[in-house]
This record gives sequence, structure tokens and C-alpha cells, in this order.
Amino acid sequence: MASSVLDHSHAPPAAKTGLWSWLTTVDHKRIGILYGASAFFFFLLGGLEALVIRLQLSRPENTLVSPDFYNQLFTMHGTSMIFLAVMPMSAMFFNYFIPLQIGARDVAFPRLNAFSYWVFLLGGLFINASFLFNAAPNAGWFGYANLTSPQYSPGPNTDFWFLGLQILGVASIAAAVNFFVTIVNMRAPGMTLLRMPMFVWMSFITQILLLLAFPVITVALVYLMFDRHFGTNFFIPGGGGDPVLWQHLFWIFGHPEVYILILPAFGVVSEVLPVFARKPLFGYTAMVFSGAFIAFLGFGVWSHHMFSTGMGPYSDAFFSLTTMLIAIPTGVKIFNWIGTIWGGSIQMRTPMYFALGFIAMFIIGGLSGVMHASPPADLQQTDTYFIVAHFHYVLFGGSIFALTAGAYYWWPKMFGRMLNESLGKVHFWLMFIGFNLTFAPMHILGLNGMPRRTYTYPEGLGFEMWNMVETVGSFVIALSMLVFLYNMIKSRNSAPAPADPWHGATLEWAIPSPPPEFNFAEIPTVASSMPVWDARRAAGGQLPEPAFHDGSGIHMPNPSIKPLIVAVGMFIMMISIMFTHADWPWWAMSLAGLAVMLYGIFSWAFEPAG
Amino acid sequence: MSTVAHAAHPETTTGIDSRKVAIWAFIGSECLFFATLISTYLVYKGKSITGPLPADIFEIPLVTFGTAVLLFSSFFVVLALNGAQQGNRKKLIGWLTLTVICGLFFVGMQVYEFQHFYHKGLGLSTNLFGSSFYLLTGFHGTHVTLGLIWLSTVLVEAIRGRVPPQKAMNLEIAALYWHFVDVVWIVIFPVVYLMR
Amino acid sequence: MSSQSAHAEGHAHPTAGTYVKIAVVLFALTALEVLAYEMAHGPTMPLHTVMEATLIPVLIVLSAAKFALVAMFYMHLKGDGKMLTSLFVFPIIIATVIIVMLMVLMSYWEVVH
Repeated sequence: MASSVLDHSHAPPAAKTGLWSWLTTVDHKRIGILYGASAFFFFLLGGLEALVIRLQLSRPENTLVSPDFYNQLFTMHGTSMIFLAVMPMSAMFFNYFIPLQIGARDVAFPRLNAFSYWVFLLGGLFINASFLFNAAPNAGWFGYANLTSPQYSPGPNTDFWFLGLQILGVASIAAAVNFFVTIVNMRAPGMTLLRMPMFVWMSFITQILLLLAFPVITVALVYLMFDRHFGTNFFIPGGGGDPVLWQHLFWIFGHPEVYILILPAFGVVSEVLPVFARKPLFGYTAMVFSGAFIAFLGFGVWSHHMFSTGMGPYSDAFFSLTTMLIAIPTGVKIFNWIGTIWGGSIQMRTPMYFALGFIAMFIIGGLSGVMHASPPADLQQTDTYFIVAHFHYVLFGGSIFALTAGAYYWWPKMFGRMLNESLGKVHFWLMFIGFNLTFAPMHILGLNGMPRRTYTYPEGLGFEMWNMVETVGSFVIALSMLVFLYNMIKSRNSAPAPADPWHGATLEWAIPSPPPEFNFAEIPTVASSMPVWDARRAAGGQLPEPAFHDGSGIHMPNPSIKPLIVAVGMFIMMISIMFTHADWPWWAMSLAGLAVMLYGIFSWAFEPAG
Repeated sequence: MSTVAHAAHPETTTGIDSRKVAIWAFIGSECLFFATLISTYLVYKGKSITGPLPADIFEIPLVTFGTAVLLFSSFFVVLALNGAQQGNRKKLIGWLTLTVICGLFFVGMQVYEFQHFYHKGLGLSTNLFGSSFYLLTGFHGTHVTLGLIWLSTVLVEAIRGRVPPQKAMNLEIAALYWHFVDVVWIVIFPVVYLMR
Repeated sequence: MSSQSAHAEGHAHPTAGTYVKIAVVLFALTALEVLAYEMAHGPTMPLHTVMEATLIPVLIVLSAAKFALVAMFYMHLKGDGKMLTSLFVFPIIIATVIIVMLMVLMSYWEVVH
């Protein structure tokens, strides 16, 4: 721990407070915190949905909730966890740490950044508002056609779903453009692409995936909208349409989407392991190229979600091959993580627990994934709990564990306080045990024939015991979340954190905790991918606390309300589709929304960026 | 080799203005957007249950003329950009006005074409051809319209004398978007109209 | 990585004359596309049977040429350096792969397995 040379209680530069300062903020750090808080809220909602699902499944022939409400629960659980929890949690880290790690003062387009957040928030609130009408989406998070057609889903549930996703898609694409340009164009002097921190690299690849994958689902959702509201038959067999086309379009998006969910997590782990093993990341270049290869190949595997749709042996074989192939670069990463900690000086702190837990759980999830890659095996596994086990091991055991590692690792930087270590360890063990209790038995249940998305199951099939175990496990997870929450709240009273509590290697650890609005008093020049370790070595092992700078002479972008205005206008325009069957002209609402949006865009364009 | 005045170089890692990188990133994304629309049009070709079918209603001369007009508009906007970079206000305004007029003509052609098809019995929900055709060309037309609004905004600013060479990048970005819209039509025209 | 491109653009800037020539070529290529179409669909046209069989590859080549000309010259990719070109080409590759794979998977050519 570096000794503090300066008094830490220096006043932050002109602290802006109050609701208006948050509504108009264009500061990437504040936007990151907004994403994080919102993501955590939706994560808890999604968790609640999971708990009710588990309660319903704890006994055979249970009637805790109605079958229709059950459909809403599992649909919203999946949708929330993917789009409203994991993605925005990653976005929190993109926002807060990409500029810091590349030595920049903010992102390339700060107002566009704020716009992305507001659109995301509106989308998340909108899709959850459906619960108020007992009309939450209920056709699965992947909305298979033609269950989603007007004939089989006449209510507004699916409209909430496709509109919510469409809104969220806008946020994702806008943010992706922003971070892509930021990483390409705002790196500190000396930071070549192959000197960027691995988190930045994985995030960079993720932005490219977002840009390329989201347009596909955007079009698919538009087709669904037209089928539901304007009489077309894109996915309706009676009119010549093919429901399988929906599956193709959805999974062309959906498979890159799962890499969007895991690559940032890979990046976080690649940050944490070196710091807590006191050893550089093993095989930096191989990590970069394997990440890029995974992303590229990820566009060629999508129909492994469709092995049961009768594509024929040649198509099946092709996708089986590509899916097995993609396990190779993933394996490279796992070996490199092990290579990183091998022979290192391991510091067992909370971030390290979660990072190590990630490696173990992700390997298990990857193994079941490779099993699905074989079409004949998958014909037994698909649509069973075996699949549910797989994706929870990679998404919870993978993404959530890694993002939690990131939370503990970066908490002191963001909030200037350490999270309590003992509570962190309790959180870890409860979550680890609870997670495995909940999801490991699903492998067994799945292979024994328990289907997915099933409201209940009859007695006598041997499903009872493991379901009960899983339900208990899920409440252990919930308990771990309470510990985490308590830790977060309690940390407000802990001692202020130094700039570099963990002996980090990357630039964010060279500035105060939390950073001033302008991040760096002087933009640094870097000569390697581990600039703070370099500086530490050059200074003989100890770095002083960064000096206070009042920010004079540094010009930051002005706050602006325009992003929120454009977001609200676009939101109004888009949700007008909910009212196509109303007895008042719905298109008037679209036009009103469009007008607000155009007003917002023009005043944004002509407003000085500052 | 003409010497063209350029704005002072932006302090970016690549030396390229961030807005330019941004519009290219967005264009890359739009490639996938139109690829999905085009794929759907192609996979549903020949699978409509009822008519009318392309052979029954396509009017190649009209569309060809519209295609040429759109191509020329790309040419005009390049000349306008040259004018902006050279500080030649007349050239900028003149060529940019022509660009917008061409774009308006193209949209007009599309609107006329849609109405004409509708009267011949091809509605949005008539068959798979109608649905996939109207959505593909309709989305393209929407992009053209948005591009026109953008270019018109720059034109108004130019007329007010607010597009000096230092601000030529504003037009360059709008022009890149416009060229992309043209490039998409370069694909749609043969795939939809000529490869029937 | 920073300004070794002392002037990221502007060195080899095409003249207005070049742009005019490109415009003429684009117009000519379009005319050729329509001509190929007419020849393929008109039984009394010269080279009818040849064009009927090769219309699609011919159109692909002609439209690809137009695409490249607009991208390289009007969008100035030729003078702008490799990064922007890769930024455009990579999505086009992914897009093409997806279009072709979808056509195969949705039996565009009625492939029997």
C-alpha cells in the first residue's frame, strides 16, 4: 500500500449536485455509475423473477403462480438478465474505465454517451412496466415465431417485448459507435493498439460485435412488428412466411450477442488476474487474436441453436464444425489465464476469488457447450434443463462472476472506499455454493428429460429432489446478494481508498480515487501495456499519491439536457406502435415524438459542445 | 493534382476526425441492416402464394432513370465538398442544391412507383414479394429522406455563410452518409429489379 | 500510431476532372447493366441465350465495379488510408457471408440434402 503523501480530503473540483446535474451529465464516470445502479436494480428484479420460478418448480404439480404468469416470469427473467443486467453492467465498466485506461478525459462523444444511457433506462422501464398491466412478455426471451404472431399472441405482451428490445438496440448501437471511436482515436501518446489494456481490447471487439449484430435483430423485430400490426406474413406460414426465418435472423444476432455478454467479462478477468498474481498477463498477443477470432467466427455458428429444425445433415455438420472450432480460441484464453497465475505471487483478495471462480465455472459451462455442438447429442439436450445448465454456467458462472470481480476490483476507484474483505469473502462463498447448488443439478435433470420453460412437472419422474435442491440454492444466491448490498452500503463509512490499493498496472490507478472530473491532470505518455507497473519500478517500488489539481486550464464538455430530450422524443415515437388498435390516431403520437426528437437533434447539433 | 485547403489536423490517435470515424463505423453497421433486408427479399423470392409478381409490375425505364439521378447526386455532392474545402461558396451552394434536387427527384420517383404498384394490386400485405419489396426499398427511401434532411441543413448553413473550409467536415460526413445510401441502391437496383 | 500520417488526407486528392470521368463510367456501367438485362429477357436480342445464362454473374461484376468506384473515389477511401477501408470492408464481408449462408439454408437454390 503506498503511503499517502497528501491529505485525501481535498475538495473535489466544483462538485455539481442535484437532480439536474445528473439529468444533464455528460461525464463518462457519472454515466457509468448511472448504468451500474440501473443494471443492479434490474438484476435484482430479474433475480426476484428467478426466485418465484424456483418456488414454483420446488414441488411437482405446484400452483404457486398461473401458467401464463409463469411464462411472463421466465421470459422477463431471461430478457432482463441479458439486456438489462449483464449488458449494462458491462456498459458501466466501458463507461467508467475505457477513457481512464487509455488516458483520455472522456469519450469521443459525451452527449451521445448520455443519450445511450437515457434510451436504455427508458427501454428497461418500459418493458418492465408491462407487469403493471399483467402483460409482460411471455413468449420466451427469443420470441420464436409464429407463437408471436397475432393469432397466438393477441395481447400486448409481445408488443412490449419487441418494442422494448428495439429501444434498447438503439442505445447499444449509439454506445458502440461512441466506444469504438473513443478506443480508435483517443488513446494517450505511446499507446499503440497492442499496448492497450486487455479490458479495452475485449471491449473494443465487443463494440464491433454490437455494431454488426444489432442491425440484424433490428430488422427481424421490424418484420415482427409488421406481422403483428400491418398484416404482413414474414413469419406466418398461412401467408407463405417461414417461422424458421425468424430463428435464423434472431440467432444471427443471438450468437454474437452471447459473445457480447462474455468478452467484457474475459477482459475484466484479464485485468484482475495479473494484478493479484503480481505477474503480467500470459500471452498478451494470443489473447488479442483469440478474442478477435472468437468474434469473427461467432458469426458463423448461429444455427447450432437450430439443430432440431430439420436443416439437413450438411448444414448441421457445417455448424457443428464451426461451433467446435470456436472452442479452440476460448481454450487458448483459459490456458493463458492459468499461465498468468502459474508461478505468481497470489494475493487472495475478493476480486481474485471471483476471478478464479470465473475460470472454474466458465470451463464447466464451456464443456457442456461443446457437448451441445454435436447435433445428435444436442437433439437430446436441446430444450431441456441441460441447456439451461450450460448457459447459466457461462453467463452467471462466467459473466456475473467476472463482473462481480470487476466490481470489487474497481469499487475503490469509483467510490473512493474499499469494500469490506471479510464480507466480500462471505459474498463469494455463498454465491459460489448457491450457484452450484442451483445449476449443477440441472445437468442431471436435463439429461433425465426435464424440459425447459416448463411450468411444472408430474410426480414420479424423479425430478423432485433436484428441483428442491435448486430452489434452496437459489435462495442461497439471494442471501449472497444481500451480503453484497450490505457491503456496498457499509463501505460508505470505511476509510478513504488510496489511488492504487491493489498495485494495479494500468492508468486508472495513477489518478485519485475517485478521479476528478478531468481524470488526468496531464495526459500521460505510455511505453508498455503496464504503465503504472513501469512507473512503480522506475520509482523504486513506491509511488506517491497523485497530487491534487484543481482543474484550471482544463476544459471539459458542457452538460446538456438535449440527449434526454432526444431520448424521450424517440421513446414516444416508438411506443406509439402500442396504440395501433386504439380508437384515436396513433400516428399523431408518433409524429409528436418525432417532432420532439427532431427539435432535440437540431438543438443538440447547433449547441456548442464545449 | 489540385491543392485543397484542409482544416487543421485533429488531435486524434489516427489523425482522422472522430466524426468521420464515427460515420464510417455507423455505415459498417448499416451494411448489416441492409444485408438482412436484402437476404429476406432473396430468400422469399419465388415463394409468394399469390401475385402480382415482379415481372407483372416492374417498370425498368423509370427505375433506371431514378438510379442514374441518384448516381449523379453522388457526383454533385463531391463537387460541393470540393467547393467547401476550397472556400468557394458559390460552388458549394450550387452543387449542393443540385444534389438535394436529385435526391428529391429520387424520392419522388419511389413514391410514384409505390403508388403505381399499389394501384396494380401490390399492397404491403398482399404477398411476400410486396412485404419484402416495400420494406427493403422503403427503408432505403427513408434513409434517402434522412440524408436529404441532413444535406438540406448543411445547405441552409452554407447559404448563411456558415460553412467555411474549417467546417467542411460537416459536409464531408453528410456526404459520406449520402454516398452510402447511393451504394446501397447500387446493390438493390440489380438484385431486385434486374435479377428477376 | 499518432501523426506519422503527417497529412491523413489531401496528398493524392483527385481533381474535378477525375470525378467527372468516374460519373461517366458509373452512368455507362448502369447502362450496361440494363442492356444485359434487356438482352437476357428479350428473345430477339443479340446474345440472348448467352446473357440469359450469365445475367447474374454479369450484374454482380458490374454492380461491384460501381460499388468500388463510389467507395474508393467519391467516399475517398483510396486516399484515406487502410483503417477506414477495413472499417468498411469487414462488415461487407460479414454481410456477404450472411446473405449467402441464408440463401443456402433457406433453400434458395432448392438444394437437396
